[in-house]
Amino acid sequence: MGKTFAEKILALKSGKGSVIAGEIVTVSPDIVMSHDNTAAIAKKFNQIGIDKVKHPEKIVIPLDHCVPAATEKYATNHKEIREFIQEQKIENFYDINTGVCHQVLPEKGYVLPGTLILGADSHTTTYGAFGAFSTGIGRSEVASIWATDEIWLRVPETIKINIKGEIPPGIYPKDIILHIIGDLGADGALYRAVEFSGKVIRDMDIGGRMTLCNMAVEMGAKIGYVEPDEKTIQWLTARTNKKYEIIKSDTDAEYEKIIDYDISSLEPQIACPHTVDNVKPVSEVAGTKINQALIGTCTNGRIEDLKITSEILRGKKISNGVRLLVFPASMEVFARAMELGILQELVKSGAVIMNPGCGPCLGAHEGALAPGEVCLSTANRNFKGRMGCKEAEVYLASPATVAISSLYGEITDIRGDLK
Amino acid sequence: MSIKGKVWKYGDDVNTDVIFPGKYTYTITDPKEMALHALEDLDPKFAKEVKKEDIIVAGRNFGCGSSREQAATCLKYAGVGAIVAKSFSRIFFRNAINQGLPLVQCKEAAENVSPGEEITIDFEKGELSCKKGVFNFPPLPESVLGILKDGGLIPHIKKILRAEKGE
Repeated sequence: MGKTFAEKILALKSGKGSVIAGEIVTVSPDIVMSHDNTAAIAKKFNQIGIDKVKHPEKIVIPLDHCVPAATEKYATNHKEIREFIQEQKIENFYDINTGVCHQVLPEKGYVLPGTLILGADSHTTTYGAFGAFSTGIGRSEVASIWATDEIWLRVPETIKINIKGEIPPGIYPKDIILHIIGDLGADGALYRAVEFSGKVIRDMDIGGRMTLCNMAVEMGAKIGYVEPDEKTIQWLTARTNKKYEIIKSDTDAEYEKIIDYDISSLEPQIACPHTVDNVKPVSEVAGTKINQALIGTCTNGRIEDLKITSEILRGKKISNGVRLLVFPASMEVFARAMELGILQELVKSGAVIMNPGCGPCLGAHEGALAPGEVCLSTANRNFKGRMGCKEAEVYLASPATVAISSLYGEITDIRGDLK
Repeated sequence: MSIKGKVWKYGDDVNTDVIFPGKYTYTITDPKEMALHALEDLDPKFAKEVKKEDIIVAGRNFGCGSSREQAATCLKYAGVGAIVAKSFSRIFFRNAINQGLPLVQCKEAAENVSPGEEITIDFEKGELSCKKGVFNFPPLPESVLGILKDGGLIPHIKKILRAEKGE
């Protein structure tokens, strides 16, 4: 019987010849990512009682969660991080003018097929889009890796998700992943590796694959994974000359489950308050009034997403009473969107263009909600209180659905305007 | 290792945002202050009334969402002695152990325990005793118990590194 990607890469990284799902292995990661939480991790690291991190070259730190600093406390946090990276000679540091960590790491060439990446952020699963094994860990664990270069991981069982059919007009990768999460539930892939495969995935661009892997954690998955192909190699060639080895599941690998989805008749999907798995087709929630519309975050702030948004808004004005916030996921995306004239058009339509970063996704700043308000967002979480107010409601959708809804001031079916 | 405490009971998918809201993640750094906001957006009574060694009993996927360790830290410093659930989200599971907060995965116990009752948990034996009887759960592996006994991952690593240096 063959092996899954998860089994093969963890066997390689643990130095064992072969491992099986369920086994606990000790591994040394290739990259360890942390962001605005680095100051808190540094404090834990200092408690361990050693002076220097073991491998500064493995540490990557982009600031993104509250950039630029919203208050004195956030500013102090950033200052402590800048001091720490100086002290520890950490060169892979990206200050507030770079973007969201999960966009920045691939753009800067840290994410390669066959690498093991751990991050102090749950959406670290995003890098599976490039064939990396990547998952989120806590602050103490990052501090511990800085000190020892080791961590224990359990080899996960793997669920394979085959996506078949033809993508209908108005349907995007976000709709596909919301549909899957709604179907499997918030713990539908708990502790599992999830491999996305099938013709739809092969046809999908890298940005779409990132959206899928980013949200795999919303069904409890340890990692998301897409087998690298020509598209992956092409994307990476433009950004790095580092060597890498592609690791794939064997054709006779043992999967815990194989699930097929045919998306040929999928409707646009909406995750309704207050859980990501409370997913409904747009027809059931169309007409819900919105106060704020958000395009951005590590889920949907890429150039592909901004292009779709501008195509829908071109020459039109957003509805009175709606605030449309656009956060390009990185400065690279921001610059490209400027070159293409996208930002200029969005401004004409009434959007507020924000700086690259996480924005109000986790309720820290730049567009928090008031009691009774409704936000339709391209983000990945809609938990109660998520955007700063527990009496507000957050709905999640694709950039196309958010864009069209900002024109009408209510949740709208994009397919009505495609004719 | 065993504890006895009063039960606070909750449902499925208790997420990290209702346990410790994102708006506090970079502004509150003192664990005692974190404890004042524990479960703030789910049960505002909790942080005011929780007593040392009280036990949280919940449904599936406890701690889903963010990797924020403060979700475990705030419960630990609020005095919570253990969390019993049908299942745990994987990052929360690691964070809780790494904060020295014991977890029990036991579906039957989670279904049979009533809010407010006093229960006893023996972690080494893998036994939970409540009004409706005694329920067994697989004890945590030695390596994980070791982290718990040392009070969390940081003191645990500190101890190991000292031992390696022969201190």
